[in-house]
Amino acid sequence: MALSNKPIVWGPFAAGGTITAFLTPVLILLTLLAALGHAPDLFAYERLHAFAGHWLAKLAIAGVVFLSLWSTAHRLRITCYDLGVRADTLVATIVYAGALAGTAASVLYLIQI
Amino acid sequence: MKERQVELEVLRYNPETDREPRFQRYSITCREEWVVLDALNHVKETVDPTLSYRWSCHMAVCGSCGMMIDGEPKLACKTFLRDYPGVIRVEPLAHFPIERDLVTVIDDFMAKLARVKPYLIPKEPAPADGSEYLQTPAELKKFKQFTLCINCMLCYAACPEYGLIPTYIGPAAIALAHRYNQDSRDGGRAIRQEEIAATEGVWECSFVGACSEVCPEHVDPAGAIQQVKIKSTVDWYKKHLMPWTKE
Amino acid sequence: MSGKPYVRAMTSEWIVRHPRYMRYMVREFSCLFIGGWTLLLVWGLKQLANGPVAWTAFLEALKSPASIVFHVLALGFALYHSVTWFNLTPKALPMQRGEEFVPDRVIAGAHFVVWGLLSIAILVLAGAF
Repeated sequence: MALSNKPIVWGPFAAGGTITAFLTPVLILLTLLAALGHAPDLFAYERLHAFAGHWLAKLAIAGVVFLSLWSTAHRLRITCYDLGVRADTLVATIVYAGALAGTAASVLYLIQI
Repeated sequence: MKERQVELEVLRYNPETDREPRFQRYSITCREEWVVLDALNHVKETVDPTLSYRWSCHMAVCGSCGMMIDGEPKLACKTFLRDYPGVIRVEPLAHFPIERDLVTVIDDFMAKLARVKPYLIPKEPAPADGSEYLQTPAELKKFKQFTLCINCMLCYAACPEYGLIPTYIGPAAIALAHRYNQDSRDGGRAIRQEEIAATEGVWECSFVGACSEVCPEHVDPAGAIQQVKIKSTVDWYKKHLMPWTKE
Repeated sequence: MSGKPYVRAMTSEWIVRHPRYMRYMVREFSCLFIGGWTLLLVWGLKQLANGPVAWTAFLEALKSPASIVFHVLALGFALYHSVTWFNLTPKALPMQRGEEFVPDRVIAGAHFVVWGLLSIAILVLAGAF
């Protein structure tokens, strides 16, 4: 039996799971505060635009988006199988393509900032 | 002598006469301190000699008496009647074919254990003067935990991925492979990777963690599996992104 | 081995067989909210790139009741993911120091401390207070 190539998809999943574990809750809190009308100072257009305009921030944001969407995609794929959906290759294609599409979109928007 | 009235609801299956399994109720008087295995033995001795089940040591070291008790994989010799106030449902271990009554077909499990080459593949030849391999306490501690498996298969019954994907090599087999991989005397990791780093190896695991929760010996197969996943992933990226590095 | 062994069918019933499987499903479902929020982030980037008017409209859209409900749920699920992830990390990364292994609660605890400090730092730097 040959060594699997699963690490290609599992590596980013594990990295994404770690990143989202550390970052996502506080980031959700930031947008929740905005949703409640107490937007953080950083969310003022000029400040956020300046922050996201820096190439380092763009790289970091793109990385976080990619890893977050990828780990979501991978978990969704596993969950579908757990729930009895047998078409694993189809599900995998859809979810990973979705993650890459979302990443591509974020890169496009970041470039425009 | 304190007595306890016990109702057992046992899944029966006779391959020669039955098309499918059915439950049979036994009402028996037990002793307060008995375990489920004692109750089954009492049924077999005094009520129904046709009841079939595996058991041996009666002290949770042989791994023979694994069964589903109220839907949870347990050793019958380690499951106390006093913890079950109502009717106790006893079924054969989940995810295995039923051979007869509570006896399951374990051929798949046995084959999987053998596949991981569960023996020392020495890193170096034995010392020429006939002395032993030397191993420090720290080196022993590194793999000791994974030696404790009693092959009871509770982990396979608890693992939903094994239930969904019967080709999955499973927790005990991987923990066993890991036991040898972590042994300082062993040099067979690359060979074992062929089995446990294949698709049907660790990659079917989604870290439900049920295996480690039900393990009566606290082997923690889930931990072993994740450790193998990480090592295998690092190896894979090293091999494909930095092919000039040796393992 | 005589007769025919009986193979029990595997249905989705396993999920409700024990609380641990339900908790596992909750953990797995957290990905929907984390992924959903990340897509919200991507949309936000789009509006940020489109200029101040679009950005203001985005901030306004965040204030809808549906958005608030989503955020509260997403925060809950994200926290559940973090807690389960950090508690499982010691199993995947055992650290042997001398003969003994570093206790699980120390490894997990260190993650929680870093998580707490990082979150506070981000809140302060973002001017949330």
